[in-house]
Amino acid sequence: MGGTPTDLKLIDENGRRLDGRLPDEMRPLKIEAGVLSRADGSAYVEWGLNKVMAAVYGPRECHPRHLQNPERALVQCNYNMASFSVDDRKRPGPDRRSHEISKIISEALTHVVFTEYFPRTSIDVYIEVLQANAGTRCAGLTAASVALADAGVPMRDLVASCAAGKVADTVVVDLAKEEDNFGQADIPLGYVPRTGEIVLLQMDGDLTSDQFNKGISMAMEGCKKVYEVQRDALKRRYEVRSAGTELEVLGAAPAKEGM
Amino acid sequence: MDDSGSKETAREIVVPGELLSTKKMRAGPGTFVEGGKIYAAQLGIKNVRPDGVSVVPLAGQYIPMRDDLVVGKIIDIGPSNWLVDINSPYPAPLHVNEVPWRVEFGETSKFMNVGDIVLLKIVDVSETKRITVSMQDSGLRKLTGGMVVEVSPSKVPRLIGRNGSMIQMLKNETGCRIYVGQNGRIWIDGDLDNIVKAINAIKMIEEEAHSLGLTEKVKKFLEQNTGKGA
Repeated sequence: MGGTPTDLKLIDENGRRLDGRLPDEMRPLKIEAGVLSRADGSAYVEWGLNKVMAAVYGPRECHPRHLQNPERALVQCNYNMASFSVDDRKRPGPDRRSHEISKIISEALTHVVFTEYFPRTSIDVYIEVLQANAGTRCAGLTAASVALADAGVPMRDLVASCAAGKVADTVVVDLAKEEDNFGQADIPLGYVPRTGEIVLLQMDGDLTSDQFNKGISMAMEGCKKVYEVQRDALKRRYEVRSAGTELEVLGAAPAKEGM
Repeated sequence: MDDSGSKETAREIVVPGELLSTKKMRAGPGTFVEGGKIYAAQLGIKNVRPDGVSVVPLAGQYIPMRDDLVVGKIIDIGPSNWLVDINSPYPAPLHVNEVPWRVEFGETSKFMNVGDIVLLKIVDVSETKRITVSMQDSGLRKLTGGMVVEVSPSKVPRLIGRNGSMIQMLKNETGCRIYVGQNGRIWIDGDLDNIVKAINAIKMIEEEAHSLGLTEKVKKFLEQNTGKGA
């Protein structure tokens, strides 16, 4: 029922998934804030095998001028996948999918940013997917909101994001690549933990309403975990700094701390 | 002595959306109120005072405010105005009526050119953030010679110090002439050695802006480097 047929046994007899996770278990998540020195704010996210970098510039003068809004700032997002981020080389450049993801992520972020503080400006968010393994829009949104906070942009809250889906008739959280490819459904969710608002919701595949509700609540739980990691990443950035050891850590490979 | 909070409470870093207080108190800059509770709007350091709570930002762009002193750079010339980059999302046109000279129409370039550094005051910021700047006040002028360094605008209050203590010390110890713009641009003039020393001190202040006892640290740094020359 649904999904691309496969020989893979996506869930084994013990209820474990391909990578050994239980249905409600997430992939390991690691976030680091302030990784790029030339951007106003930045973040790097490693989520399972996903590697995503986000950079924020602004608020700055809005170009092209006709997009300026005299009452509020514009949150412009650009999601891009590197050509080497997937198995078969991705043809570089914007396509239908990246346009769509850019649009929904910028809408999700617009909802939490105090755009009315910066009329006529734009806040530019660039999301680069360096390595993809399903769930890059969630990883991208997670990284982007950390980068926005790192840039000092006033926000109502951080946006956390996590997906749920259906694999072998089981509702699971945070799909990995094989589960996404051969599973039956995928629901990426963007969530504002403080207010419980949903700022991004998509669905690919078929679910009964019970499965859907279960998926949403699992994804929300996932988002709450993501939020903790986001908060730690932002706080750690300045705690590391005040200890005066930041350059070694930031200059070399991203710190191997965190989850 | 010059830390911006009370001494006993450790400096707590807050992230956007973090709950600051459920009590009824004044919600200062960097915060917002929702449902009677005060939350942080920005990444910064929580600052609780008897009369209210605020967040001292750790990063962010310079947003012009009335009566701010800024160091600007001329980026374009019109027949009756100069366009000044003040390191903010909004460009600032400087009209010929706002300069201390009498400028005929079309002769703006005889007075100031692209690339010149100017010390200005923000006269007005409209609701849509249209900015009016002026050079007609004591001390405001075109800055010739010297060097300009940039720091994050959020670090400027720290660089100035309480009642100007930090910047006064920097001026005394290096003998440089220094102007600090609220927009994070700093103009320095003096001996080359002293300029370098001042810049190093400024970079140190920026780097360690949120550590305690910074004035003492900087003083020590400047004293150590005195007489070395290079």
